[in-house]
Amino acid sequence: MASSAASFYRDRDEPAAPSSGASYDPTYVPDSVKTFVSHLYRHIRERNVYETHQMYEGGFHRLSDRHFRDIPWPPAEAVAPHCDGDHVFLLLYRELWFRHAHARVPGLSPAHRAESWDNYCSLFGLILKGVLNMQLPNQWLWDMVDEFVYQFQSFCQYRAKLKNKTQEEINLLKQYDEAWSVYGVLNYLKALVDKSMIGEILEREKEGLEQFTATDGYDYEGGSNVLKMLGYYSMIGLLRVHCLLGDYHTGLKCLAPIDISQQGVYTTVIGSHVSTIYHYGFANLMLRRYADGIREFNKILSYILKYKQFHQNSPQYDQLLKKNEQMYAILAICLSLCPQDKLMDETVNTQLKEKYGDKMTKMHRYDDEAYAIYDELFSYACPKFITAAPPVLKEPFTNYNQDAYRLQLKLFLYEVKQQQLLSGIRSYLKLYSKITIGKLAKYMDVDEVTLRTILMTYKHKMHSVDSDGKVISSADFDFYIDEDIIHVIESKLTKNHGDYFLRQILKFEEMINHLDKVQFD
Amino acid sequence: MANEQPVESYTVEELVAVNPYNPDILSDLEGFVNEQVNPSDGSLVPLIDSLIKFLKFSEGLLRGFAETSAFSRLHVSNQTYNLDANLSLLRLYQFEPERLSVQIVSRILIKALMAMPGPDFSLCLFLIPEHVQMEEQFKTLIVLSHYLETARFRQFWDEAAKNHNILDVVPGFEQAIQTYAIHVLSLTYQKVPRAVLAEAINIEGLALDKFLEYHVANSGWVIEKGAHSQLIVLPRNEFNHPELKKNTAETVPFEHVTRIFPVLS
Repeated sequence: MASSAASFYRDRDEPAAPSSGASYDPTYVPDSVKTFVSHLYRHIRERNVYETHQMYEGGFHRLSDRHFRDIPWPPAEAVAPHCDGDHVFLLLYRELWFRHAHARVPGLSPAHRAESWDNYCSLFGLILKGVLNMQLPNQWLWDMVDEFVYQFQSFCQYRAKLKNKTQEEINLLKQYDEAWSVYGVLNYLKALVDKSMIGEILEREKEGLEQFTATDGYDYEGGSNVLKMLGYYSMIGLLRVHCLLGDYHTGLKCLAPIDISQQGVYTTVIGSHVSTIYHYGFANLMLRRYADGIREFNKILSYILKYKQFHQNSPQYDQLLKKNEQMYAILAICLSLCPQDKLMDETVNTQLKEKYGDKMTKMHRYDDEAYAIYDELFSYACPKFITAAPPVLKEPFTNYNQDAYRLQLKLFLYEVKQQQLLSGIRSYLKLYSKITIGKLAKYMDVDEVTLRTILMTYKHKMHSVDSDGKVISSADFDFYIDEDIIHVIESKLTKNHGDYFLRQILKFEEMINHLDKVQFD
Repeated sequence: MANEQPVESYTVEELVAVNPYNPDILSDLEGFVNEQVNPSDGSLVPLIDSLIKFLKFSEGLLRGFAETSAFSRLHVSNQTYNLDANLSLLRLYQFEPERLSVQIVSRILIKALMAMPGPDFSLCLFLIPEHVQMEEQFKTLIVLSHYLETARFRQFWDEAAKNHNILDVVPGFEQAIQTYAIHVLSLTYQKVPRAVLAEAINIEGLALDKFLEYHVANSGWVIEKGAHSQLIVLPRNEFNHPELKKNTAETVPFEHVTRIFPVLS
């Protein structure tokens, strides 16, 4: 790896001018880094998850900011003496090295990316053997899976932009054509899910035969949480990869073992929580299950509003904010296609109106401007779709990295267009409890036959059918037809008495307990 | 003395369940699509050895993945449609575009149309590259899907008649679409006029009478005399009879009630 670090500066286009001043010396290891490595190594060996986490979250980023703002960390060979040359630790170190390089160091060549891929292969290969007995913080394990998928996505984007590549870059792509193959990525994630037996663990937990969520995935009996948690997080990783490919159905299937209607291990690391719900919601949007998406977005956006201040110092804060904004955009789209005010919290609704109130009104009009806004919001919020097939590395060299995105956008707008006439129905029928087809047709300026088709379209679009054949209604208001009279169904404002009483009972009980504990001096 | 490995046969569903990301099952998935279109009872696709191979650069790694490494015959499934298998195939076509077969994709799309009101057709389109969707027969199928999605049944049947050569390949197409049409009508109408029904399912006259007879006997339909024409009363469900809708907001999940058991005791 010393070679890649040194060659790093050979491959770069710009003259090397690291902001830390001194010219880059791959054998130079600042003292603080030496201490960092030896302490981190010791904490992992002693299974001290708390200290490991502190160093991983805090120490690593502080040192990156101070010494390695846009140059790589010292290569693994240089720090090996400070961790007994431990093979596993160095694999973990290298993973951090590449993660930092991807994020901060410009001009990453295919060679580096391929080396990172090799490192993941070695690391995952080792973990899949199931012989590790270390415990790592969940944050680290989540970041590993998240980064794995991110680097795959980044590489697909990179190699799909062929137009301005130098001959050297093209040759490198030819040389490293096995790196980051989509088969490899999918199979590793699936192998982690299968080998960890996380599906069975979650099933047994439901029957009370296993502790998993209660211990947050950690093993207090001397075992390792690494394979288990990587398997768990890989389910979310698979959801993400499938969304990038445009396969929303299979993505949701991969997530199915995790019950997102409840808290779980996926909620304890904020990054995994947000990524799960973002992709879940987006997949539901594309599957036309608007109500499901709205419900989950509402929950998480409300959560973020309450708790984001606690994450301000975390290195994931920027990502969190970005995803927050994207989810508001998707929510705006869902609500425009399927107005469901009852599902929304007040606080989230206020935020939404602030950000997109204007645009949402325009989207209801279904004119050209409306489509432009749907386009804009979708493009802002959608995942970075990829073309999974490897590039054809011969003339003509074009940029086709946008093809996947353009297809998804086109199909989405097509769906929006099909729903164009439905908002007209909504506004008219809200005014009546009963109206004949003839009269409504006259008001809407269409013939009766067309009106009947529009009414049936509404019914079809607002009632999705799940894989078991069950019909689920997303309809905000409803109607039925009796020969040629439309009866509008009044939507009662449902008060959740049961839930309210339960909450109050628990609250008062708590209060009474507090009062009981009060002692008078 | 032959050292025979136990001969195991796997259905396509099982293959997909074990590992849908294995490029070597591509031809089996294609075979399955053809089976969905021309079911042949009990026939076996010829011997396929080492069906599940492992990727070149991670040979031993994933070995633990599948219990047996030598497979033999592929049982054809008794089911005539499997969305997961078809999506897996479309994904594999995405990964290896040179192997894409227009004929197979066309059959998948027709089967997906027949699965309406499920969103299968859109799910398939999301996975087919744009330039492939430009083929004539796919454009036709997309138009047909559009008519069905917007309940324009008359236009649908007209267009379908013009393209019957593409659609005749798949048995049961007409019936599947008629089932979908009735589904949408059931969501919308308590009582539907005869003419509306006739247009939706593309049956008229005596054939329609027979059709109605059958459903009166088997599906709980009732025929009434309406103001202008015959009325067909469709079975009651929660979508055309709002009073049947269980008010789920009022029901409290049991787990929530258990929370207050400690308090009550």
